[in-house]
Amino acid sequence: MTSSETILLDKAAIRRALTRISHEILEKNKGTENLVLLGIPTGGDHLAAELAAIIAQIEGEEIPYGVLDITLYRDDLAHKTIRPLRKTDLPFSPDGKRVVLVDEVLFTGRTIRAAMDALMDLGRPCNIQLAVLIDRGHRELPIRPDYVGRNVPTSHEEEVHVDFDRDLKACAVRLVKP
Amino acid sequence: MKTVIKNGRVVDPGPGRDESLDILIEDGVISRVASSLPDAGAEVIDARGMVVAPGLIDIHVHFRDPGQEYKETIATGTRAAAAGGFTAVACMPNTAPVNDTLAVTEYIKNRAAADGCVRVYPVGAITKGLKGETLTEMGELSTGGCVAFSDDGKWVADGDLMRRALEYVRPFGVPLLTHAEDTSLTAGGVMNEGFVATDLGLRGIPWVAENAAVYRDVMLAALTGARVHVCHISTLGSVEILRSAKKAGIPVTCEVTPHHFTLTEEAVRGYNTQAKMSPPLRTSEDIEALHRGLQDGTIDVIATDHAPHHGDEKNVEFNLAHNGIVGLETALSLTLRLVEKKILTLSQALSKMSLEPARALSLPGGELREGAPADIVIFDLERKWIVDPRRFHSKSRNTPFGGWELKGVVHRTLVAGKTVFSGSGATASCSEGK
Amino acid sequence: MTFRHKHILGTRRFSEQDITLILDTAESFKEINAREIKKVPTLRGKTVVNLFFEASTRTRTSFEIAEKRLSADAVNISASSSSVVKGETLEDTAKNIEAMHPDIIVIRHAASGAADYLASRLNCSVINAGDGAHEHPSQALLDLFTIRQHKKRLKGLTVTIVGDIAHSRVARSNLFALTTMGAQVRVAGPGTMIPPGIEKLGAEVFTRMEDALRGADVVMMLRIQLERQGRHLLPSLREYARFHGLNREKLALAQKDALVMHPGPMNRGVEIASEVADGPQNVILEQVENGVSVRMALLYLVSGLAPENT
Repeated sequence: MTSSETILLDKAAIRRALTRISHEILEKNKGTENLVLLGIPTGGDHLAAELAAIIAQIEGEEIPYGVLDITLYRDDLAHKTIRPLRKTDLPFSPDGKRVVLVDEVLFTGRTIRAAMDALMDLGRPCNIQLAVLIDRGHRELPIRPDYVGRNVPTSHEEEVHVDFDRDLKACAVRLVKP
Repeated sequence: MKTVIKNGRVVDPGPGRDESLDILIEDGVISRVASSLPDAGAEVIDARGMVVAPGLIDIHVHFRDPGQEYKETIATGTRAAAAGGFTAVACMPNTAPVNDTLAVTEYIKNRAAADGCVRVYPVGAITKGLKGETLTEMGELSTGGCVAFSDDGKWVADGDLMRRALEYVRPFGVPLLTHAEDTSLTAGGVMNEGFVATDLGLRGIPWVAENAAVYRDVMLAALTGARVHVCHISTLGSVEILRSAKKAGIPVTCEVTPHHFTLTEEAVRGYNTQAKMSPPLRTSEDIEALHRGLQDGTIDVIATDHAPHHGDEKNVEFNLAHNGIVGLETALSLTLRLVEKKILTLSQALSKMSLEPARALSLPGGELREGAPADIVIFDLERKWIVDPRRFHSKSRNTPFGGWELKGVVHRTLVAGKTVFSGSGATASCSEGK
Repeated sequence: MTFRHKHILGTRRFSEQDITLILDTAESFKEINAREIKKVPTLRGKTVVNLFFEASTRTRTSFEIAEKRLSADAVNISASSSSVVKGETLEDTAKNIEAMHPDIIVIRHAASGAADYLASRLNCSVINAGDGAHEHPSQALLDLFTIRQHKKRLKGLTVTIVGDIAHSRVARSNLFALTTMGAQVRVAGPGTMIPPGIEKLGAEVFTRMEDALRGADVVMMLRIQLERQGRHLLPSLREYARFHGLNREKLALAQKDALVMHPGPMNRGVEIASEVADGPQNVILEQVENGVSVRMALLYLVSGLAPENT
């Protein structure tokens, strides 16, 4: 079987997309008050760190960000071989916060469903928003992102990968056709 | 009624004969052994390519009859014996009721005469109810047909009682058989003590439990001059004690089972209840010692300790499982492995399964001389078969050898010239006639 | 990394990778156990039966809490030996429970091999919560977890286990797991309680407790069964305490920062003096706390295997 792949975004394009998303987050939330970012491993946690850094540059103000592992909230435990758990790390209580969930690729929406459940068990945020680098369609749940880096039409069998460099900065988005 | 067994390889350990000969049987007795015997008017059994040997004798079986007929009966047990090439067995007294009275001895003899297809010799109990307290009426029992006495399964722990039993039985000329395990030392153990028991968290039975008991009984034989036969020895130490006892002229004989000279304690891994025995399976050093003991004649007899149990009695937690396995239908093949490994010659192996057991209990049989009863086994030395417990003639299927590929298939078994088993290959069925 | 075990029968068959995955997974659950809402929906709709043929408060409670925090439906059956008395075999008892379709059976039984016995006869996962003198894997894994938390490693540590090694499933499971992880294991106890061949399983055997303690990083005291006293194994508890009990003087022979562990319940004044049991080096209650995280990890890991992968 041969597979082919296309680079959808290179490092500079990713940087531009993340910068735009940062502005949109600030605009929609009217600043950084009560704003926190929560990345979903694997990948989303690195993107959340990058977004937080860009927002800090724009606003001159640090915002808190954390990691939310959703493995225990997945609905496909019985169908997948086990994957090691990541540690959930929230350096803040989500109570009353405007929480922006950050994920690399939005696909079926099931991960985000799990993330919302996981987050609700940790506290009561004021609201939950969603930022993704890629939206590839094929939603199976009524979930839509608030911030999107790039909409990419894909077939169900294709895969979208986000690569990170040694500094954990996103450096490429690849579309892999089976 | 004449029968001629033609063209077989006749192996008769007594005179050390091993050649291609014919055997003429008249009225249940071997009348001639010679080459090219005439077969006019006789039933002809073609034994070309087969070994023709004295019928095997197993001096240690449990037929569970009377009392536990769900495990085995004299009818099924003797069929298993015939299928395994045996023409005579001695059955142990731990029935329910125990064979400690003439009535039970008579029952066994009558049942064997009615339903049995091989010769059945009862072994009486040494003590009433096997309780180790008071002697049975060994005089009456021996005149009534008991060929030996044993509290098998239990050691006679009281040393004075065992001494008196030996002194008492000596004039009757029958031996005492001892299941030599000091139960104060086995102390609730369920397998051999050592590395594997420690690994599995199972309580061990140390070798000393056997050696100490063997030593006491051998010394009592020396003291009393009565014959002691040590059952199913399993340890290196037992072999050494018996070797020096024999050298000193003490009247002792002993036996080993095929499972003890074949399997080690490793067979227990996985909590395999089919490998739970009394005495327990030991180590490879013990097996080597048993092989040497067989080789140099220290160990006289190979006996099966055929111990049928219902599947439910093995399909439990290891420490609750019953001890023992069925052995009659695998014994010959397992012994032939020793021949293949050049530990024993074919003649030696067959001697330990026929002539020597007959001698140990002073039974007829074990030889192919003219005038002897025509108890004969004919088997294919080379033919392979896979052990399938479901095909056993025994009522029980408890064996650790299921699935093993073995060599040596019994072709025909004759008792007093009559065919009690005939078949070919592992699928052989017992002939229903007696 | 994948976990290929359908059952948790003992640490004997775990690789270094298996144990590392279990301990790492338990770390994540420890975080959950520190939350206000200590519950995740992971095993929602799964049924776990705790089948205890031996009395146990600690282990059963720990498993039950672990199951509930994973949202499994936990059912407790204290079978003691009642079904044996009634004549029911272990297989029948277990088959009856399996007919109600549990996903996991956690079993505690007095017979060595009981968990293996069930695993070979049932379709659901089996977790051994202690079988006779054989294994008690969840206890050993929580011990390793506790040690790793404090020492940041397992490799190269010297762990001394003192007590009735012969009859202890805790000792066996720890011995297997610790040696797999590269720790040195020493055992000490009365001569009647050191099983033959234990050195072949990787333990270094000491007859004097003091020698075994010298330089140890961890001291693990085993519970002495009081009923052994006066039998052939033990003249008296007084004598046991003197030669094999842990007190401050003996503990001083170990490393200064040596951990003191005990699987519980403790016989104070027998195998462990109160001054040590309550002393600064004891991590006994941490062991109990970590037990829940480790058991959650085990329940999670055996649940994750897809049926086609079993």
